[in-house]
Amino acid sequence: MTREQPPPPVLDHNDLFTGDVYLEQADRKRVFESACSSDERDRVAEWTRGWEYREKNFARESLVVNPAKACQPLGAVLAALGFAGTLPLVHGSQGCAAYFRSHFARHFKEPVPAVSSSMTEDAAVFGGLNNLVEGLLNAHSLYRPEMIAISTTCMAEVIGDDLANFVGIARQKGAVPEDFPVPYAHTPSFVGSHLVGYDAMLKAILAYLGQTRGTTGTPNGKVNVVPGFLPSTGDLRELHRLLGLLGVEATILGDHSDVLDSPATGDYDMYPGGTPLDAAADAANALGTVFLQPDSTRKTAELARQSWAGQEVTTGLPVGIRATDRFVAAVARIAGAEVPAVVTADRGRLLDAMSDSYQYLHGKRVAVAGDPDLVVSLLEFALELGMEPVHVLSTNGGDGFAATAETVLAGSEFGRSATVWPGKDLWHLRSLVFTEPVDLLIGSSHLKWISREARVPLVRVGFPIFDRHHLHRLPTIGYAGSIEVLSRLVNTVLDELDRNAPEHSFDLVR
Amino acid sequence: MTLVPSREETAAMIADVLAAYPAKTAKFRAKHLVANASEGGKECEVKSNIKSRPGVMTIRGCAYAGSKGVVWGPIKDMVHISHGPVGCGQYSWGTRRNYFHGLLGIDSFVAMQFTTDFAERDIVFGGDKKLAAVLQELKELFPLAQGVSVQSECPIGLIGDDIDAVARASSHELGVPVVPVRCEGFRGVSQSLGHHIANDAIRDWVMGTGDLADRTPYDVALIGDYNIGGDAWASRRILEDMGLRVVAQWSGDGTLNELSSSHHAKLNLIHCYRSMNYICTTMQERYGIPWLEYNFFGPTKIIESMRAIAAQFDDVIQVKTEEAIARYEKSFEATRTRYRPRLAGKRVMLLVGGLRPRHTVGAYEDLDMEIIGTGYEFAHRDDYERTHAKLKDGVVLYDDPTAWELEEFARRLRPDLMGAGVKEKYVFHKMGLPFRQMHSWDYSGPYHGVEGFAVFARDMDIAVNNPTWDLFAAPWESPMTSPRQAPAPPVSAS
Repeated sequence: MTREQPPPPVLDHNDLFTGDVYLEQADRKRVFESACSSDERDRVAEWTRGWEYREKNFARESLVVNPAKACQPLGAVLAALGFAGTLPLVHGSQGCAAYFRSHFARHFKEPVPAVSSSMTEDAAVFGGLNNLVEGLLNAHSLYRPEMIAISTTCMAEVIGDDLANFVGIARQKGAVPEDFPVPYAHTPSFVGSHLVGYDAMLKAILAYLGQTRGTTGTPNGKVNVVPGFLPSTGDLRELHRLLGLLGVEATILGDHSDVLDSPATGDYDMYPGGTPLDAAADAANALGTVFLQPDSTRKTAELARQSWAGQEVTTGLPVGIRATDRFVAAVARIAGAEVPAVVTADRGRLLDAMSDSYQYLHGKRVAVAGDPDLVVSLLEFALELGMEPVHVLSTNGGDGFAATAETVLAGSEFGRSATVWPGKDLWHLRSLVFTEPVDLLIGSSHLKWISREARVPLVRVGFPIFDRHHLHRLPTIGYAGSIEVLSRLVNTVLDELDRNAPEHSFDLVR
Repeated sequence: MTLVPSREETAAMIADVLAAYPAKTAKFRAKHLVANASEGGKECEVKSNIKSRPGVMTIRGCAYAGSKGVVWGPIKDMVHISHGPVGCGQYSWGTRRNYFHGLLGIDSFVAMQFTTDFAERDIVFGGDKKLAAVLQELKELFPLAQGVSVQSECPIGLIGDDIDAVARASSHELGVPVVPVRCEGFRGVSQSLGHHIANDAIRDWVMGTGDLADRTPYDVALIGDYNIGGDAWASRRILEDMGLRVVAQWSGDGTLNELSSSHHAKLNLIHCYRSMNYICTTMQERYGIPWLEYNFFGPTKIIESMRAIAAQFDDVIQVKTEEAIARYEKSFEATRTRYRPRLAGKRVMLLVGGLRPRHTVGAYEDLDMEIIGTGYEFAHRDDYERTHAKLKDGVVLYDDPTAWELEEFARRLRPDLMGAGVKEKYVFHKMGLPFRQMHSWDYSGPYHGVEGFAVFARDMDIAVNNPTWDLFAAPWESPMTSPRQAPAPPVSAS
């Protein structure tokens, strides 16, 4: 019996253009390009990898190249998506909403509903009132949300649109019913980053729901957990699981786990989850509130401190043993609960995994880049594993980030080789990695060019991750999630070890 | 037997979908949705290139996206600065797949994000000084950059900055061209005005400034191809096989030198009419260079276009063209033989940008697939004039459709394949509808040219015939009661 001969493979861009036909084509094209010689190009490339260039690069004051941060309204859209039935409305130019939707769609591989008030030249002159009124009317009629959460683009901010006034007028004109929730936040993209916008929108939603849905003042016996800008549905699901194991009744404020990880059913549901609005409105009556990421919840924490019952604690993102211990202890303390044995067992499993893997990670030099709270938490975990952070960089991290990171580093003998770089971008990181090499990079997909050019493997953690699938579905926080981080770290090292191993050292068992 | 609903059925579907809108919006939107009549005419006129209604979830972007993202971004040896706050450049960084040959960050800068990263003080005091400082730093850190374009974001036009003056002064001081582009996102109604503004900036600051040493009668420029997944390379191969000399690529894998010396070409060949017809018209007026639209999607259109192009030249080219066609036929036939049995009769809906809602129709038809709905994000009247005859009567045409419209049309028509962008993609995955991104080729490509047709056919097969789509019904759910059960497609016998 003979099998059918398979047809020849179809060559796509991966194979097609490395063939002679196309290499010769590129040579013919070069005649018209007026490019420099390849020697000159190689000389410049080598120069950009050295110390002299690094110093020039770090001397720049105005130019920003490959920053690892986005703008405020992007964060505001994620905050809005964390609440049940909520449609984000971005007030200003319509291109912004299109960009936020595609940016998140590339990361989550999910639909990301958001509408725009589609302002154009006339709105630049006369203001965006008419656009907002019509936008609310259309969005409410067509998409039937439970709540519309408004943020602003820089256009609306520069011309000074007054959302409080505009939303009031829209209600008077009947664009939305009188009691329909329309929280709003001013989110100028020329201030801070997506983290500040996340915070502004979250605070606006919680304050608005608290005021308008009338809190009873009756303690609800729950614990609030505020994850902050957490672009991982797996992390949110792990929070639910861990809080369940702790036996604590909790409300996650800003829970997009079902919204951005919905099942394929055969039809599209625009509002598949989110923190219920009534639960959010009742947040003020909780026993207390735990904040995971100070940099994306600063204003919201202020709100909790000033006007909510119960205590307010910031633990940091629970990655690794100690950080998760802090989180678990804080929740247990607020809830008045004992930590059950199942959670201690969870802890033990992470510890067990760490003791299985540390020998491959001990002393490994790493560069970490990303949002400030994430970087700090990864730093702490890396130190627990005996890894040596070398370059610690956060484009949207400020002095507070630097101080926290320095404190974490100072707490370990493995932190001595590190330098913290607040406010620097990934072109800075390129210089750092070439002049002071590392074994591993940890960060977003945007680090992949450095990884390729400097031949340093990249462990993808953070945002955005555009070029690998499903990582956002896997938890990377809590004891269980930390095993996933550990697994990415150690297996990347082992892949690299195998790839480079001489024949005799190509061991079966590692 | 036709797979396309009748005009009456389509009109009824449109009316049904419009019923959800507030009255005023329904009236606006009604003008953008029609049942096609292939003879064109008043009856199926589509209103286009006007403002999107607020709050309806348009899929459109902005002028900046049209200028930086489409026209300027692919020019590889220039640095394109996103001038203003950090976001615009961040969201358009490396996502359009404009392939290039070069060393990133050294002599090529396509997949990078350069920004002036405005802070509040730049809004308050103006950003001109910062821009000048940034240009200075660029020159020092990226010495092989052949020039710089300044892509204005919204605030620039609102705070009264004079980037033209900064560009002139810096260009003089630094010795490289600095091109100011006033493509603020609030200008116009879509990406389209950004294309126009970008073309005008090239006209005013670049065109005609370069030279071409040894000219031949067979010099052509390849215009409106952004080399997504290598499209322009596959297209260039055809033109070179025909005996033509491609002296410039606009703008995929393009260089400043090609743009500035392009006015010495004998003929401009344009693929994406929507985004670059402006520069072709200008070159015709100023330099008397004729231009010709062509279509390199699928065998029928490729052969038709090759002959139309060859007809502009002498026998030498025409003979070579026929020889090339004879060679290509083998490859075309192999692709058709392989994929037609797997794709014939499959019904396709499209929603894309510049040229693809009409230009890809022939390629689908070469595989015996049927277009049952198509629409443009930012077309003008002349695009629809070029569209009607390519489609059957009753095909639903949608201009700047809202998310609601596209989803509802798909729910009612249940196409076998949807082709649109990344914002739309995952909605249709939830619905269990095979989907291909038709802006980025879903990270595949090329789709242009001879090899591109094989890749196109393969990818459509992968999407339509993957077994995942057969798994949606859970065995414990009754198909009769399941809410996900789709209405039967309105197929009418003819």
